[in-house]
Amino acid sequence: MTALDTVIESRGAVAPRDPHRPFWTMRRRDHLTGYLFIAPQLAGVVLFVLVPVGLGIWYSLNEWNIFRGELTFVGGDNYAALLTDPQLPAVLGATAVFSLGIVVLNIAAGLGLAVLLNRRFRGVTIFRTIFFSPVIVSVVAWTLVWGFLLQDNGGINALLAVFGIDGPNWLLSGDTAMISVIVTQVIRSVGVNMVLFLAALQGVPSELYEAARIDGAGPGRIFLRITLPLISPTLMLTAVITIVGSLQAFANVAVLTGGGPGLSTTVLVYYVFQQAFEFNDIGYGSTLALMLLTFVMLLTMLQWQLRRKWVFYEE
Amino acid sequence: MSTAKKLGAATAIAALGLALAGCGAAAPTPVETTAAPGSVDLRMSVWTSNEDQLALFDEIAEAYKADHPEIGEITYESLPFADYNTTLTTQIAGGNAPDLAWMGDLSRDLIEADALVPLTDALKATKGWNYDDLVGSVTAEFAVDDELYAYPFSNSPFALYVNKDLLGQAGAAIDGDVTWEKISELGATVHQATGKAGFVIRDFDYANWGQLATVWTGWGASAWSADGKTCTFDSPEMVDAFTFLHDAAFVDQSMPGPGTTADFFAGDAAFTVAQVSRAALLDGSFAYDVIPLPNGPEGEYSVIGQAGVGVLATSPHVQEATDFLAFLTNPENAEKLAAYFPPPRESLLTGEQLAANNPKLTADQLESVVIDQLPDAVTLPNHTGPAEIKAAGKTALDAMWAADADVEAVLAATCEAIEPLLSK
Repeated sequence: MTALDTVIESRGAVAPRDPHRPFWTMRRRDHLTGYLFIAPQLAGVVLFVLVPVGLGIWYSLNEWNIFRGELTFVGGDNYAALLTDPQLPAVLGATAVFSLGIVVLNIAAGLGLAVLLNRRFRGVTIFRTIFFSPVIVSVVAWTLVWGFLLQDNGGINALLAVFGIDGPNWLLSGDTAMISVIVTQVIRSVGVNMVLFLAALQGVPSELYEAARIDGAGPGRIFLRITLPLISPTLMLTAVITIVGSLQAFANVAVLTGGGPGLSTTVLVYYVFQQAFEFNDIGYGSTLALMLLTFVMLLTMLQWQLRRKWVFYEE
Repeated sequence: MSTAKKLGAATAIAALGLALAGCGAAAPTPVETTAAPGSVDLRMSVWTSNEDQLALFDEIAEAYKADHPEIGEITYESLPFADYNTTLTTQIAGGNAPDLAWMGDLSRDLIEADALVPLTDALKATKGWNYDDLVGSVTAEFAVDDELYAYPFSNSPFALYVNKDLLGQAGAAIDGDVTWEKISELGATVHQATGKAGFVIRDFDYANWGQLATVWTGWGASAWSADGKTCTFDSPEMVDAFTFLHDAAFVDQSMPGPGTTADFFAGDAAFTVAQVSRAALLDGSFAYDVIPLPNGPEGEYSVIGQAGVGVLATSPHVQEATDFLAFLTNPENAEKLAAYFPPPRESLLTGEQLAANNPKLTADQLESVVIDQLPDAVTLPNHTGPAEIKAAGKTALDAMWAADADVEAVLAATCEAIEPLLSK
């Protein structure tokens, strides 16, 4: 042992390596296996999430003239433009209304359907299939069909006319366009929440219901005091995915209303698409996309923090 | 913004920078290519997916390849019309631009950005091309300072299609001078008698307001001044034109209201304003006529919808692409293309010539709705930044399509919305 080895060992920094000890220890093999398993996903996250987000940040600091191929650094100009964009308040308002409508209707309808279909009666499987089936339909095809049904001389108004009702011009009236977009989106996607709630409801121990009934609790009280707390983790999950999904919903707005009439259905993600890919303002579009990303992150973090307060875990 | 799009944008910038750094928009000199045999592949973006039209393009490409050993493949990439501009722009941004492309209202942006190769010298230098044969009025949209940047391969005037059967059912007929007032009156009669629609401005759908130039031009109105800098939506002429349209939709019901679909070619309407090239949709299921646009208060007028084809400056084969464009549009091939697209060549603009390739319309009809219309025709509104202007205009004009709309106020708001974009 040299003098240097002695010094190192005395400081406890590096232990001398046992020359007979194999490099591929069980611990190292386990680590390597773990890394290999997550490598594809990690590569995907880096390539398709982190790099694009980083580039999005870079683009938001630049003005990109696509036809000329010129990228000009403009610093915070695109962020300043957010403050002076006369259309942005209306876009954010439409986004808030759309998301709120989707979340409330989707979770309420999903839970309601799950409670109704969590019973044993003839044909229950068929009903579950019927309510879930829109989920597997292409969103564009679904929206196109609804576009025909909701037009002024479409199927919905023809149906209403049978009952003597003069239906509105659903997609071209400022009062009904947003409702139409929300409802068609909810009908298409409510099946996912329904299935999740069904699974959660079937996990609630039946003894708890029996005990509650013996104690004289009514159906409403049982639902509020037993069912809701026990499915609250699922409620949390559905709330998160529904909010995130509502902020990303694009195709139904693009196909049904094109953001109109006026700006009444121009939600943020559609506005991002317009600015970046229709108006070729990639810089401002990136800035808006980052704002959307920030909203999604903040809302998700908020819900995650709130879970301690309203999510019940048996443990 | 989806991650995939972000990644696309990521790869785009580097490629675009490199591509544009190496390619200027200089006019190619009319010299023979020095490319090695089979070393040049050309790609042209088109918005047609019509098999007959694509077969004709392939036939022309094969003929060109036979005399040009340097050409490996010539492919035509069909992009959906609705997304054509967005897709082409994304391809340019991604460094995947085609060598040649059809273009409509994107042409102004492309020309201003020097993204198109100047064609005049190359076409004039091509033997037998006969540049002077081009009709001046139809090249203006694709030219700057007498330099042509795209060949206007399609110059289709808007015309009024008439369903004679529906008029007959309603006991109505066209006689005397055809004016918009008269058409609205007849349309209302047909609607009341048959329940079918009166007149339809095809492709307008209460969204694509540029199509309304086929009406407002008759009132002497225009969307903006000739230099493109001042909005004229709030002019008295435009107010009158929109008052006519508003009344037609909400008072006379001679035009189907917003959200109501009526396809003339399926027999759902008495009249439609559509381009002559749409005659291919006539299937003989009803008796029809095709006549020039009705007179407005300002008298006779004509409007054309145009499409051009140009060479993109980012092409790695500008020389060969320009040469192929010259071949594609020479007099012989222009005559073949005239089967589908009204040509810009004076020598081909006779009723007999066009009728030879158009089984739906007679020589007389083609004479009156094409030949007579082209010299003084105006184009649909076109400007740099067309998508943003179109969207801003639509957002403002949405308020017009309610029964109680204040026409003057809505048009003033429309000017407020688009005026800042005109000066960009």
